[in-house]
Amino acid sequence: MTVLDHDLAAAWTPDAHGPRRDPAPLLPDREPVRVLGTPALRRTVDSPGGRELLRDLHRRLVVGRRFNQQATTLTKQGRLAVYPASTGQEACQIAVAGALRPGDWLFPSYRDTLAVVSRGVDPLETLTLLRGNAHCGYDPYQHQVAPLSTPLATQAPHAVGLAHAARMRGDSTVALALVGDGGTSEGDFHEALNFAGVLNAPVVFLVQNNGYAISVPLAKQSAAPTLAHKAVGYGIQGRLVDGNDAVAVHTVLSEAVQHARSGEGPVLVEAVTYRLEAHTNADDAGRYRSAEEVADWQARDPLTLMERHLREAGVIGDAEVAAATDEAEQLADRMRTLFHVKPDLDPMSLFEHVYAEPTPQLREQAAQLAAELAAEAATEDQR
Amino acid sequence: MTTATPSRTRAAGATTLASALNRALRDSLREDPSVHILGEDVGTLGGVFRITDGLAAEFGADRCLDTPLAEAGILGTAVGMAMYGLRPVVEMQFDAFAYPAFEQLVSHVARMRNRTAGRMPLPITVRIPYGGGIGGVEHHSDSSEAYYAHTPGLHVVTPATVADGYGLLRAAIASDDPVVFLEPKRLYWSKEDWSAEAPAPVEPIGRAVVRRRGTSATLITYGPSLPVCLEAAEAAKAEGWDLAVVDLRSLAPFDDETVAAAVRATGRAVVVHESSGFAGVGAEIAARVSERCFHHLAAPVLRVTGFDIPYPPPMLEQHHLPGVDRILDAVGRLQWEQ
Ligand SMILES: Cc1ncc(C[n+]2csc(CCOP(=O)(O)OP(=O)(O)O)c2C)c(N)n1
Ligand SMILES: [Mg+2]
Repeated sequence: MTVLDHDLAAAWTPDAHGPRRDPAPLLPDREPVRVLGTPALRRTVDSPGGRELLRDLHRRLVVGRRFNQQATTLTKQGRLAVYPASTGQEACQIAVAGALRPGDWLFPSYRDTLAVVSRGVDPLETLTLLRGNAHCGYDPYQHQVAPLSTPLATQAPHAVGLAHAARMRGDSTVALALVGDGGTSEGDFHEALNFAGVLNAPVVFLVQNNGYAISVPLAKQSAAPTLAHKAVGYGIQGRLVDGNDAVAVHTVLSEAVQHARSGEGPVLVEAVTYRLEAHTNADDAGRYRSAEEVADWQARDPLTLMERHLREAGVIGDAEVAAATDEAEQLADRMRTLFHVKPDLDPMSLFEHVYAEPTPQLREQAAQLAAELAAEAATEDQR
Repeated sequence: MTTATPSRTRAAGATTLASALNRALRDSLREDPSVHILGEDVGTLGGVFRITDGLAAEFGADRCLDTPLAEAGILGTAVGMAMYGLRPVVEMQFDAFAYPAFEQLVSHVARMRNRTAGRMPLPITVRIPYGGGIGGVEHHSDSSEAYYAHTPGLHVVTPATVADGYGLLRAAIASDDPVVFLEPKRLYWSKEDWSAEAPAPVEPIGRAVVRRRGTSATLITYGPSLPVCLEAAEAAKAEGWDLAVVDLRSLAPFDDETVAAAVRATGRAVVVHESSGFAGVGAEIAARVSERCFHHLAAPVLRVTGFDIPYPPPMLEQHHLPGVDRILDAVGRLQWEQ
């Protein structure tokens, strides 16, 4: 038996031209799922391990916000070439790490550095791409994190392929791909969801809908009822969640990962959130959105939201906030120290990993660069 | 320098390039459980050119997977499979239908090893039937090799003989680097005496081969143009020319050593390929030969290529494809008078 012999194939009848199914169970939640400020929060608090989970999510949010702030500062100091901040989207970023097990795979894009760090990758290694000293600074196999992908949505089919391979091997691995609202317009997003549905691959797609693709608002991006509704066309489950509610994102994402892991099929989760900073440090967000709009979303800041509701519920107090702040400051300190050391750059490494073995042509070109470097060094010595 | 002629001497039945390729896939699937084929119609049908004939039946649907119809999705899925330790072999149905996968190929397949400092190599083979001469309507006859050869991180190989079809495909699948494997579709049904029972040892990718020794001038070619060049070399005897013919087999990496030696031996060179000439592989070859053999050359390196036009409709394609006469005309312009 192959992994393809799932129930869809059995449902085929000649007159129906392939599987037909009732779309209703695939439809996403009518409203974005919320936990903070709803009775669901109390249920979480009272559940076994609930308080620990909530405190952990809060702690990660505090640390995550500080990570974004420090990376932004480093960019202003010229220590990073560019930084696409996830400020305002931290609830999504940290929930990603919590929903995955070791052995699962994460497929991030350029804005998801916090998700990568939350998964355990070293901040310096994570930010290497944006610092500009190498393309991918970490070993993808160490924490099962694919390189940050810059071409939009192109990492989504990779997640499908990896999940499919894992399933064929009989492993319980789940792959999670992160895409932006703009990225959902790309052909690769469509192809990935379609392949995921057909292969019944254990993969989850998390769309962080922050309302904009650089300057282009969602209304110009898609006419879909919600981005989560796109799932239905591929025969996969859609979910809709408040992306600024860390508890809700954690819950929905964990359910989605479980759904995929248990062989029930892929899930598309849309998390509605907002990018509080400009697209990157090089962008001027004032050209396409109003200060009032930003202020509205600041009022729904995922960190303040979490802190307020958890304090009200008696889950955290000053001591927890102070401990989290402490940890955040330690991370910031560490980042400052790490980034104030000049990176070790070896120009000759440019030729090292183009192929398993350099081609004769690359050997010639490497020799040319080596000679240029030697000549430069000799001139410097004479001075 | 390696010298070989299409192995007509080996005692065996006549085999087509198509069946040698099929055999290479079968042997790879059998020997290495991490090898997985995926593509459009490759399963039940055996591919539109039947190169994967019988493989799904023998190895199961997972090992020879009929995918949805989306080339970027196919290659992107293969990337993920390779990340997890598999060795995917992707079939693109036709040259011009591989273009949707171009971004995956250029932005990920070609770069992943480099991007990850060698930690995440992608041993993917992308098989693409290419070239014209089969009477195909629009979009079924492109020669797309220059796009791929221009991309650092990819190997680009193309067999012109049955034996190379087997050997190069085995080498491509065994390679830890991504290989674009261009199959000259007009040679799919060409036969050679080649024994599947005792295939020649698989040579590493990257070596050209001298198919015909000669003293007057050197034809440099590959893939579908090799038989045309060999025919031209035969016809040239009547003009008193003794032409050497080099079969590149690998466009990237490029075998400068074999090519330069073959050109130095005659002092004259013509590059022949059927894709458009402008900014094509022939331009690169002519430049490389000029840089390396300038003092041995009695004449500028000439190119005989397809015209710089979109591939013509089938009833006109014979005017576009380099033929024996056009090759001999070029040889005639190699400044023999001095
Ligand atoms: C294929 C591709 N086209 C264009 C770009 C340039 N680009 C980078 S980010 C971006 C906007 C993406 O918006 P979205 O997917 O919503 O993600 P967000 O930046 O909001 O996180 C664009 C157009 C790109 N990286 N890749
Ligand atoms: Mg966006």
